[in-house]
Amino acid sequence: MTELTEEKVIDTPVSEEHDGKVWSQGFIKGMTEEGEKLSDLNPESGPLGGSAVKAHSHGDSHGGGVGVPDSSRAGRLTSYKLADFPLITGREEDWRFTPLKRLRGLDRVGVKGQELNGPAPVVAVTKPDAVTVETVGRGDARIGSAGIPEDRVAAAAWEHFAEATVVTLPAEYQGTADDVTTLTLTGAGDTPAASHIVVHAKKFATGVVVLDHRGTAVLSENVEVLVEDGANLTVVSIQDWNDDAVHASGQHISVGRDAKVKHVVINLGGNLLRTTPSARYTGPGGEVEMYGLYFADAGQHLEQRLFVDHSTKNCKSRVTYKGALQGDGAHAVWIGDVLIRKEAEGTDTYEMNRNLILTQGARADSVPNLEIETGMIEGAGHASATGRFDDEQLFYLQSRGIQEDVARRLVVRGFLNEVIQHIKVPALEERMRDAVERELAAGAL
Amino acid sequence: MSTLEIKDLHVSIATEQGVKPILKGVSLTINTGETHAIMGPNGSGKSTLASTIAGHPRYTVDSGSITLDGEDVLAMTVDQRARAGLFLAMQYPVEIPGVTMTNFLRTAKTAIDGEAPKLRTWTKDVKAAMAQLRIEPEFAERNVNEGFSGGEKKRHEILQLELLKPKFAILDETDSGLDVDALKVVSEGVNRAIEDGGLGTMLITHYTRILRYIKPDFVHVFVDGNIAEQGGPELADRLEDEGYDRYLADAPATV
Repeated sequence: MTELTEEKVIDTPVSEEHDGKVWSQGFIKGMTEEGEKLSDLNPESGPLGGSAVKAHSHGDSHGGGVGVPDSSRAGRLTSYKLADFPLITGREEDWRFTPLKRLRGLDRVGVKGQELNGPAPVVAVTKPDAVTVETVGRGDARIGSAGIPEDRVAAAAWEHFAEATVVTLPAEYQGTADDVTTLTLTGAGDTPAASHIVVHAKKFATGVVVLDHRGTAVLSENVEVLVEDGANLTVVSIQDWNDDAVHASGQHISVGRDAKVKHVVINLGGNLLRTTPSARYTGPGGEVEMYGLYFADAGQHLEQRLFVDHSTKNCKSRVTYKGALQGDGAHAVWIGDVLIRKEAEGTDTYEMNRNLILTQGARADSVPNLEIETGMIEGAGHASATGRFDDEQLFYLQSRGIQEDVARRLVVRGFLNEVIQHIKVPALEERMRDAVERELAAGAL
Repeated sequence: MSTLEIKDLHVSIATEQGVKPILKGVSLTINTGETHAIMGPNGSGKSTLASTIAGHPRYTVDSGSITLDGEDVLAMTVDQRARAGLFLAMQYPVEIPGVTMTNFLRTAKTAIDGEAPKLRTWTKDVKAAMAQLRIEPEFAERNVNEGFSGGEKKRHEILQLELLKPKFAILDETDSGLDVDALKVVSEGVNRAIEDGGLGTMLITHYTRILRYIKPDFVHVFVDGNIAEQGGPELADRLEDEGYDRYLADAPATV
């Protein structure tokens, strides 16, 4: 890869854009000046902190975001009510990369008769006996326990879903990587639809849940992942839709005390995918690993926006997203927001995004943002690099006897394998390797 | 015995200012078992010759020929040339993120031999070759050239030379940027490959220093895209004393 690096000290907040350019940022060390008060902003009050904090001119349905300056990620409006969100213009920070015209109306629900009442994807389940999967109505008490919409599209889905699927791993359940619960979600056509999924790991439960999206859909979805104290949950969300699918997925992760969550996003098929995972800690000692793998082909828009909200002590987060792009108009967006609030002493966080551009005409935007409001942390850093598979690399490999097509595969496989090998679910790893081969073959590389 | 024959080779590159001729009629024949040193000042076309033989797309062959035992090398793709027995140790080896040295070496060996090497002997061969070149074992799991120092990159070029066993090796300024210790290690590796028999070597260098460790049979002096003088090892000694000024003074004034 043609790569330049640049070291930076991070101030609050940082935002850089990179258009096929390259850039990386190092770890921030130290910053442990005893007693220093860096900011009075963002007192601990999670977006689920309840109406007391949020009772304000917007009514009582709000979570976070009120009274905090817009410049902070914590200032982003969160609400269960569609009406609280203004219309999206495309100029907003969180929509500026998204081609709104291709959202097929998901952004304009409630405007000029735009509806969101199509049939939700059909859910097929395979699971171990101990895990329960239920279909519940909107009134179920578990809905809303882990998440709150952070944008208009997610709020529309929250208001419009008819019934939710709830997956429960019972307390102290010991699942393995071969004992996976899979929800296969097959799109029911291109009428705009809403859906809702809750994945609930009770205390000390261990297990793997896979959400496997397929078929054709124009879908806005909320996924709540509630991980209770001491649980260890892996959630893999695969988006392997047909070429015409449009999918916005707000994935809200609530991490309990000493809980561990591995969250994996795999974006392969679909016209426009916008996946927005956010992780929030409800007790100290939580650990979150977020992995992402995407492969954007000609004309595909694959957008990944994540947010890790460190609001309690001694929590850890690691973010690793890698993507390959090929073909005209292939566009990948990765935004990584990490907020370390004043109370979150002892935080240890690092996020990384890498893009590999294989052909002319593809574009990758990569924006890591880190806000730090306390110096009393273990470490905080981020890195972003976008490289091109270039003629010199090809020449080097060919000059060792390796044919051109084999050389390209060698590089792409190696690049993406770093993420694949972290999934640690053998059946999925195999499938992902096959998927990468398929993408490469489709790109006629 | 194999023969690499270069005849009246004219090579140019496209620049923003238009097409620029670099090689202007180079003829050179190398047989396996022979070591040829190509020397000359910067910009004389030495590296262009190396890259052209390997098939780098940047260089256009305007006329002349390169043949390997009569086969037309210029008609071959880059990888076909390597499989035919040509090896270029690069001046600036390229970083390949995501591909480990182990994976890379095995893939290259499989491509060159047309079949996968036997796992047990191959692993042993790689380890032994790395040890001889003073390469730490952990490099096997690192990505190709990624984060390697200049000297580490050059050692890995020679590692590939020793493992892939080509008929002809073109070493493009392998000595540049090496300290004396690294130069010795690298030279020993080249000498092992030569002593194994059957290797023809084209040793491109700006300095005479490496010729104390690798003894050339022939020395060719490149000036302005042509061979200005050739001779035996004694020519290298003379260059060491006199430098290239003599040749440059002969060249037309370019002021």
